[in-house]
Amino acid sequence: MKVEQMSVFLENKPGALAEVTRILGEAGVNIRALSLADTKDFGILRLIVNDNEKAKEALGPKGFTVRKTEVVAVEVPDRPGGLADILKILAEARINVEYLYAFVQQSGENAIIIFRFDETDRAIAVLAEKKVRILEGEKVYAL
Amino acid sequence: MIWNEELETLPREELQALQLKRLMATADRVYATVPFYKKKFDEAGIQPADIKSLKDLQRLPFTTKTDLRDHYPFGLFAVPMEQVVRIHASSGTTGKQTVVGYTRQDIDTWAELMARSLAAAGAQKNDIIQNAYGYGLFTGGLGVHYGAEKLGAAVIPISGGNSKRQIIIMQDFGSTVLTCTPSYALFLAETAEEMGVDIKQLKLRVGIFGAEPWSEKMREEIERKLNLQAIDIYGLSEVIGPGVSIECLEAKQGLHVFEDHFIPEIINPQTGAMLPYGEKGELVFTTITKEAFPLIRYRTRDISVLYAQPCKCGRTHVRMERVSGRSDDMLIIRGVNVFPSQIESVLMNIEGVEPHYLLIVDRKGNLDTLEVQVEVNEKVFSDEIKNLQVITRKIENDIKDLLGVTAEVKLVEPKSIQRSEGKAQRVIDKRKI
Repeated sequence: MKVEQMSVFLENKPGALAEVTRILGEAGVNIRALSLADTKDFGILRLIVNDNEKAKEALGPKGFTVRKTEVVAVEVPDRPGGLADILKILAEARINVEYLYAFVQQSGENAIIIFRFDETDRAIAVLAEKKVRILEGEKVYAL
Repeated sequence: MIWNEELETLPREELQALQLKRLMATADRVYATVPFYKKKFDEAGIQPADIKSLKDLQRLPFTTKTDLRDHYPFGLFAVPMEQVVRIHASSGTTGKQTVVGYTRQDIDTWAELMARSLAAAGAQKNDIIQNAYGYGLFTGGLGVHYGAEKLGAAVIPISGGNSKRQIIIMQDFGSTVLTCTPSYALFLAETAEEMGVDIKQLKLRVGIFGAEPWSEKMREEIERKLNLQAIDIYGLSEVIGPGVSIECLEAKQGLHVFEDHFIPEIINPQTGAMLPYGEKGELVFTTITKEAFPLIRYRTRDISVLYAQPCKCGRTHVRMERVSGRSDDMLIIRGVNVFPSQIESVLMNIEGVEPHYLLIVDRKGNLDTLEVQVEVNEKVFSDEIKNLQVITRKIENDIKDLLGVTAEVKLVEPKSIQRSEGKAQRVIDKRKI
């Protein structure tokens, strides 16, 4: 029920992001979703790609620090209040969202949001109980 | 193993008698042959004949690096050139190089001291010594080389650099001893890792590392990553080169100074007063057997402590604490004295952080700033900003706690800090004062 996300450490300087995306492009890795968190000095690029192993193999030798993290892809109804309903479930269960970002493509009528929780397994259980749809990793990579 | 049992374990009284005899002869000789020393002795109001005990050493004038530069290149040589068989020069980073000469006897002395050093580190005849110190004007390469041959070991004169080939030779030749700078040792460990070489399969047993200050934590890291015993060696070209002092494998605590050839002192760098054993200060050496380039009370700028406690290895020569910095690479940041080695020890005490760092000192307005660049690695990297900020804040707090100076820590990409194949460049001081 979890999705594997790649995180890449980037120095805050021109061309850093261009370099990562170029390497991934040349390796034939397709980026499915991404978010960039930035501070004054550095950034963390988080990516969902179609082939994690290939991405890591391409970036590692080029000196990038790459880390895999488990995140959750949640289907969110594409209507006003759709995300709010899901966040309410999580808040009531006292589960903390570390960060989230949206997927470009939709799953049918629904939007897809990538969530990073402090307690991933409990979050999945809580959402599943409330019949919130969670996407399998394989499905997400292939979207 | 003790290479020269008789001299290295000489009872202190006999050792001091030998030192005095040799000091008197050296003073006589430099006064007679080197105009610089004659002038300095005369100005200080002391004649060689006034030296009657080792205590009188304190009355002799100091010699500094500036004196050496002022007499560039051969002005302080005490023998005619026909007796000189070798010339080395120190890696002068500022101004002129300092040039030193050796007679045939000096080369023999040096080889003897390096054979003693290698033996103290546990090297023996049947060892294969991969000597990755630079060959050339730098004393490291040839110093180790001659000592290794005197010991009877097989020496591989590979010199520094060409790191992949270093690893291949370690594998193929089965090198058992590695000699290089500690920062290059870590670089070689990384290179081996990148090449997918299993260090445990190598035959390395002992590493003899010197030519730059390093810390106990760095020793632990080198020993772990290269799977060997890391021994600290000390020397400087002005005094003779490597082989002025060495740790013994038995204690690995303090470096035995070969006192039958050099008299060490610790002085207060501000006042020049000689300090007793156990007190920290600047190391000063007087050579008492060298022919071509004798030195009287040479101020090394290296900070250390001397200990006279007997050592379990049986050597009677005093030990100096590993050099904890140099009185002249000491940074003064907002009035606080900072040694790069102190920052290093902070970094090494934080789990997962590697000792690759660069200090950038600048002045904004009237305020000094210290930026500490630290490489990120897979152990400390996280997908969450707050986790990385915890690390940078921890480093900043620890630096503040230990050194009393505010630093800004900046995480940089792995391997982006330049690796040196000789002495690591740790500081960029951009201040114009």
